[in-house]
Amino acid sequence: MNPLRTLHHFILMAALLSLSLLFAATSRAEDTIKVGILHSLSGTMAISETTLKDTMLMLIDEQNKKGGLLGKKLEAVVVDPASNWPLFAEKARELLQKQKVAAIFGCWTSVSRKSVLPVVEELNGLLFYPVQYEGEESSKNVFYTGAAPNQQAIPAVDYLMNDLGVKRWVLAGTDYVYPRTTNKILEAYLKSKGVKEKDILINYTPFGHSDWQSIVAEIKKFGTTGKKTAVVSTINGDANVPFYKELGNQGITADKLPVVAFSVGEEELSGIDTKPLVGHLAAWNYFMSVDTKENAEFIKKWHTFIKNPKRVTNDPMEAHYIGFNMWVKAVEKAGTTDTDAVAKALIGTEYPNLTGGVAKMNKAHHLSKPVLIGEIQDDGQFQTVWQTKGLVDGDAWSDYLPESKPIIADWTPPINCGNYNTKTKKCSGQKF
Amino acid sequence: MMKLIDTPPKTVCWETLLFLLASCLCAIALMLAGLAPARADALADAVNPLPSIPMLGMEQAITRLANVQDPRVPGVLKALRDGRLFTIKTSGRMVFADPKDDGFKLADALSGEALGEAERFDIKKVAVNNALRNVLNAAIARLELDAPDARQRLKAVESVSQNPNPETLSLLAKQLPLEKDGAVREAIQVALALADLAGPDKALRSKAIHALEGNLNQDVRNRLAALQEKTDAGDYIEADSGIRNLAAVALKKIEFKLELNHLGETLFFGLSLGAVLVLAAIGLAITFGVMGVINMAHGELMMLGAYTTYVVQMLMPNSIDLSLFVAIPAAFMITALVGIGIERGIIRFLYGRPLETLLATFGLSLVLQQLVRSVFSPLNRSVSTPSWMSGSLEINSALSLTLNRFYIILFSLLVFLALLAILKKTRLGLEVRAVAQNRAMAKAMGIRTDWVDAMTFGLGSGIAGVAGVALSQLTNVGPNLGQAYIVDSFMVVVFGGVGNLWGTLVGGLTLGVADKILEPYAGTVLAKILMLVFIILFIQKRPRGLFPQKGRATEA
Repeated sequence: MNPLRTLHHFILMAALLSLSLLFAATSRAEDTIKVGILHSLSGTMAISETTLKDTMLMLIDEQNKKGGLLGKKLEAVVVDPASNWPLFAEKARELLQKQKVAAIFGCWTSVSRKSVLPVVEELNGLLFYPVQYEGEESSKNVFYTGAAPNQQAIPAVDYLMNDLGVKRWVLAGTDYVYPRTTNKILEAYLKSKGVKEKDILINYTPFGHSDWQSIVAEIKKFGTTGKKTAVVSTINGDANVPFYKELGNQGITADKLPVVAFSVGEEELSGIDTKPLVGHLAAWNYFMSVDTKENAEFIKKWHTFIKNPKRVTNDPMEAHYIGFNMWVKAVEKAGTTDTDAVAKALIGTEYPNLTGGVAKMNKAHHLSKPVLIGEIQDDGQFQTVWQTKGLVDGDAWSDYLPESKPIIADWTPPINCGNYNTKTKKCSGQKF
Repeated sequence: MMKLIDTPPKTVCWETLLFLLASCLCAIALMLAGLAPARADALADAVNPLPSIPMLGMEQAITRLANVQDPRVPGVLKALRDGRLFTIKTSGRMVFADPKDDGFKLADALSGEALGEAERFDIKKVAVNNALRNVLNAAIARLELDAPDARQRLKAVESVSQNPNPETLSLLAKQLPLEKDGAVREAIQVALALADLAGPDKALRSKAIHALEGNLNQDVRNRLAALQEKTDAGDYIEADSGIRNLAAVALKKIEFKLELNHLGETLFFGLSLGAVLVLAAIGLAITFGVMGVINMAHGELMMLGAYTTYVVQMLMPNSIDLSLFVAIPAAFMITALVGIGIERGIIRFLYGRPLETLLATFGLSLVLQQLVRSVFSPLNRSVSTPSWMSGSLEINSALSLTLNRFYIILFSLLVFLALLAILKKTRLGLEVRAVAQNRAMAKAMGIRTDWVDAMTFGLGSGIAGVAGVALSQLTNVGPNLGQAYIVDSFMVVVFGGVGNLWGTLVGGLTLGVADKILEPYAGTVLAKILMLVFIILFIQKRPRGLFPQKGRATEA
């Protein structure tokens, strides 16, 4: 065959194909509102993030059954950033510029959020971030539906200190921004409570670390000085499995040396034999075992949607559930999906938590939530052993770090700033 | 609790079943009540109300239960601690429940009578938390001080001596002359000596310190160290300088012994990390070292081996203890076949073109990862550890070796020796070495070099699969398992000397031990960087690794 003719054929085909795609895209864009889902479906974070993609699909499906939003159907646009942090930014750009999504629901690790942040700010998009994180951030374009440190880390440490009488602390984490910032806040907090330097051991390990023997031995040694010791774990992702296995093998049980984890939920536990872990703790705003009507309904819906009655629910799923429903309410209130109007309408929006109480989006783009502490059971569930009396309001800037103490975030006039220094009355960083 | 339960779709209405079950249970209960009216006494009074007691009142209830004079008490306490004590929702009867298939096997908590099976939502667990588990452990220990099993007694003594009180101390003192088992005797003596040390009598105290000299028990060390502490004002807390000096001498001896044990522990950790490195690298030592093929998909072959373990465990869920013995040959066969397929399908067209081989096998590694993602889902799979590999081997109270690591060291040595035997003692090995030395000459001697290439690659891949079985016991079985080990494997082979199995063994173990020695000082991340820097420098000095091949073979 004539090579030139083949080339012509090819070009013609490609042109036709792209034209049809364009046509399809424009014809659909008129009667749908697009919602971007930015969660890793491959790589080390897939273990946690895949579930969130399914949760979003379920929520969107449910909203469509109710008749959609503003008379239009919602359309999910799923992309896979593959646990690759720079790719998160590229995919976010694709969602906002090419797909013109009304809002993005996505990210898990803080480094992925930090990578997406400049993109959503530049293109004025909306990002709902569903995971507990280190705080010290508030963006006009991001709504943080997970816990800030004062809604997870601080209450957990209080529980260990007051209820279990812990005197010595191991702060173990994965080596990236969330554990480092959280541990910095915790260290400052512990010192403010009179804990001495020599009673705090800090340790960082890379993502996916699997050889825990010497670290666990060190923790064991640190914990045998006679004073009650606890491990505060900000270890993220699948490194937790060999960590807990090693704890079990070296005979560290929860009654001697409890581990309280901030990133281990029902989903992560479903991959491990939980027998040796019974009694270790986790702090979250949601447990699947919490007995409320809303939660029972949510679990039922999830099992029907995913067609597997064995699948568990977890805290970030609840965060997406609240975030999505708040977004729906705000869009209805604003009557448009325009970012500025929706962002304005979102502040003050209320929606019931699955664990009781009503979550309210505050001026700093954080939620009010109850804080629960649970013990791991042998069936991979948590039994709540302690919870805050009421709801805790999310605080973007920690009060325990000297540099962030005077800083507040307030996205309402006249301040309208995510990084406002109450002493110097100045706004640094993003301001619109 | 109820909503956690998986309720599979049912055709039969379960209320009917429940009713039947309940009526059966009632009938049995009535019969039993008739048979043993006298025994449903104090124990029953203490056990039956447990489900309705709130968390705060549980401690009192447990103490009350522990004080009941009845041989069945320890059993009930243990069941409560282990989360085996349930109540039947309909009748309120207390039962022991053990998971069986999808439901639970029940036995009456008081009489031990087997009560058949029940569904998860028919029964409710009596919940305890960490604080209560401590109370339970103490109560069980007190009751088991005279248990027939020496190991049980030892545990009981250790548990009791954590928080001694006059009552338990007198129990221990009574037990001491009766005790036959050496370890238990020693534990009792330590507990009593520690109590003497805390007492007022100076003679008894210095005698106690002598008795405790050289003891590695952590409580001993802590107590002796506490005698050296100063108050904030700078005065010693312990006023008696004689006792203080005695304690200082004893403490020094203990510290020295502990240091030795710590060294032994670090060595063990290093060897076990080294053994994993050797296992991961030794297959590569064959394909890369002997054949000169840069196989970037080597890690993925290990991943396939790990997934084979998972599949084997899925196929034989009731005999996890034996699963590894099936998984090892299965993984070897599967990955060897995949390896032969790779060699025949891709690599044989690329001999002598290392860059192309590298790219092709790297592409293949991505294909294999995605394949596993599509077949098994991107989520990690959970591989169970056989019971004989869990826990640790206690050498003394300061040093214990985790069993899984221990077996993996043995296993990696075994694999190494087997491979060495294949290469040195079999015809295949002879041919492999011949082809590696001089392909043209080997061909001229009538060796089917094609076939030898395929077999060699298959052997290397099979070993990778076996390494995967071992890794499934240590790390997560997921699509990324291979990536984590590929760099380390190349590092070991290059460091040890290309084409030399002994080099791989010594190289792997050296790197493992060096890494573990560095880790406490430098941290995990920096230790790894330091190792890489060291290897780069080493390769500058000795480009052919620790054990370079000598003679004409090196020219090839």
